Amino acid sequence: MKEWKRNYDLYLLLVPAAVFFIVFAYIPMGGLVIAFKDYNIFQGVWDSGWAGLDNFREMLSIPEFFRITRNTLMLNLLGLLVCFPAPIVLALMLNEVRARSLKRISQSLLYLPHFMSWIVLGGIVYAVLSPKYGVVNQLLRWAGVEEIYFMADQTWWVIVYTLSAVWQSAGWGTIIYLAAITAIDPALYEAASIDGAGRIRKIFSVTLPSIMPTIVILFILAVGQMVSIGIEQPLALANPVVGDVSEVISTYIYQVGIKQGEFGLTTAVGMVQSVINLCLVVTANHFARKAGGEGLW
Amino acid sequence: MVSGGSAGGETRKAPARPGARSGTRLRKRPRRTPGERVFESAVYILLILFTFICLFPFLNTLASAFSSSNAIQTGKVLLWPVEFQTGSMAMILEDSSVIRALLVTVFLTVVGTSLNLLFTIITAYPLSRRDLKGRGIFMRFMVVTMLFSGGMIPLFLVVKSLHLLNTLWALILPGLISAFNVIIMKSFFQSIPDELREASIMDGCGNIRYLVRILLPLSGASLATIGLFYAVGHWNSYFGAVLYIDDPDLLTLQAKLRNILLLSQMDTSLEQMSMESKFTVIQESLKAAVIVVATVPILIVYPFLQRYFVKGSMLGSVKG
Repeated sequence: MKEWKRNYDLYLLLVPAAVFFIVFAYIPMGGLVIAFKDYNIFQGVWDSGWAGLDNFREMLSIPEFFRITRNTLMLNLLGLLVCFPAPIVLALMLNEVRARSLKRISQSLLYLPHFMSWIVLGGIVYAVLSPKYGVVNQLLRWAGVEEIYFMADQTWWVIVYTLSAVWQSAGWGTIIYLAAITAIDPALYEAASIDGAGRIRKIFSVTLPSIMPTIVILFILAVGQMVSIGIEQPLALANPVVGDVSEVISTYIYQVGIKQGEFGLTTAVGMVQSVINLCLVVTANHFARKAGGEGLW
Repeated sequence: MVSGGSAGGETRKAPARPGARSGTRLRKRPRRTPGERVFESAVYILLILFTFICLFPFLNTLASAFSSSNAIQTGKVLLWPVEFQTGSMAMILEDSSVIRALLVTVFLTVVGTSLNLLFTIITAYPLSRRDLKGRGIFMRFMVVTMLFSGGMIPLFLVVKSLHLLNTLWALILPGLISAFNVIIMKSFFQSIPDELREASIMDGCGNIRYLVRILLPLSGASLATIGLFYAVGHWNSYFGAVLYIDDPDLLTLQAKLRNILLLSQMDTSLEQMSMESKFTVIQESLKAAVIVVATVPILIVYPFLQRYFVKGSMLGSVKG
């Protein structure tokens, strides 16, 4: 009681956040009942009739479901293989640079794409890779190679998608690894020097093992995100010609749910994604704790 | 140890490498062996190359914005403008809808970020107080929202039923408080010694006054960092506007940019299929100019803010 009186102002400060999370997080969670309803805009969420598992059955029967799941997994898997190691390699390289000005300049420039919207990045990607006017194809023509229709070819589109993700995030991603590297005890390097280790040897025998816990945790957490995919990158890079590979869960929910009004079906799709995601994150966190002692929570 | 060196060293140091290192001084900068010099040059070259690749598309776009269409189409533009012109830039800046979108975005970023910071601070502060009963429950209440969400459709319906569609509030309220940023802010507040608060309270300072007068002035760097994250989010996100806003007068800059570019991208992909463009292609330099307009404000504030974010974002790696 005394505690409540003394700190009542602190509790009051928490009220807006409580309202916020209830309205914009918990009520939408409740809104997932739409997945079990035959949602009708005019009747609203509560008055629409129940549909049981019909929406889920429909979800499994439509051909797009297989496609969007496959694309989401494929793009995420490529992200894990290519985008995940990139910042580690960059951080190790940055750490080897002795010239401070070079290090600072290249850090600033490498962080830059992280601060650009996907619309800007997508616009730039399209402009640079354009078959007629794009600079990349100009260079290819100079080199005597035939121009490549990057954004209209499915394989190339996937490659461009992955590399543009590297472009956007690799530099920024180095921050956490550089922080881990600064925490390494310099005595380890001195000891390694005394044992005759050169710089390369020190990278593999001191630096890398020292940041391994960070790598493991981030890796496990990345695995936990396998089924979820943001919408801004796929939406900014997609075009109708490569729909077979560019359509992912999030863009499908937007196109079919919001634009075509199939609320029940797409809520069901979103719900399956959220649930799988939750399971993966919880499992991932469990392993992260086992591996490094520290998880997300 | 020494013999193992070549095994660990991988490919790059093929050139002769003295087995035993001569200079095993403890002092920094031991004499470099030839192998190490090769290695070091390789690192420098690669790093400069990566940095350049990372920067090149921006430079090329910037150059295109000031080059003639003719120069772009004949592939002369690389890093600097060819046949310099400012016509496309002028055209964009004279387009009142682009200016309007720019103003909307500036307004959204300023107001949105201020509200984000205000609510993040007043949420993080009580949670940083170890003596507050029930804070664990509130933390859990918050973390759950990081792990599970209703998804796009239910959130859309909530925003709709609050009559926020086609208002800028739809772009501010649903993301008002990020649980993640609250946790970062909270850990920062907790890094300030509790004795400071005890002393202030001894002097008759209340909870709120302590927050405003003592804690916040000490939190400049982390406020700047978190503010930067929110501001960049407001400036860059376009999907919120695509989802919630139809009114052309309320389009944000990125959404406007999307509308302009989308037309031409559809066009590009059609052009790629049919090899001939039947549609009027938006001039390449015009496209580049819109991109530059949307990017420049970030570039202007970037140098001022970047000294904060390296320091501040490391807070995130420390567990909350």
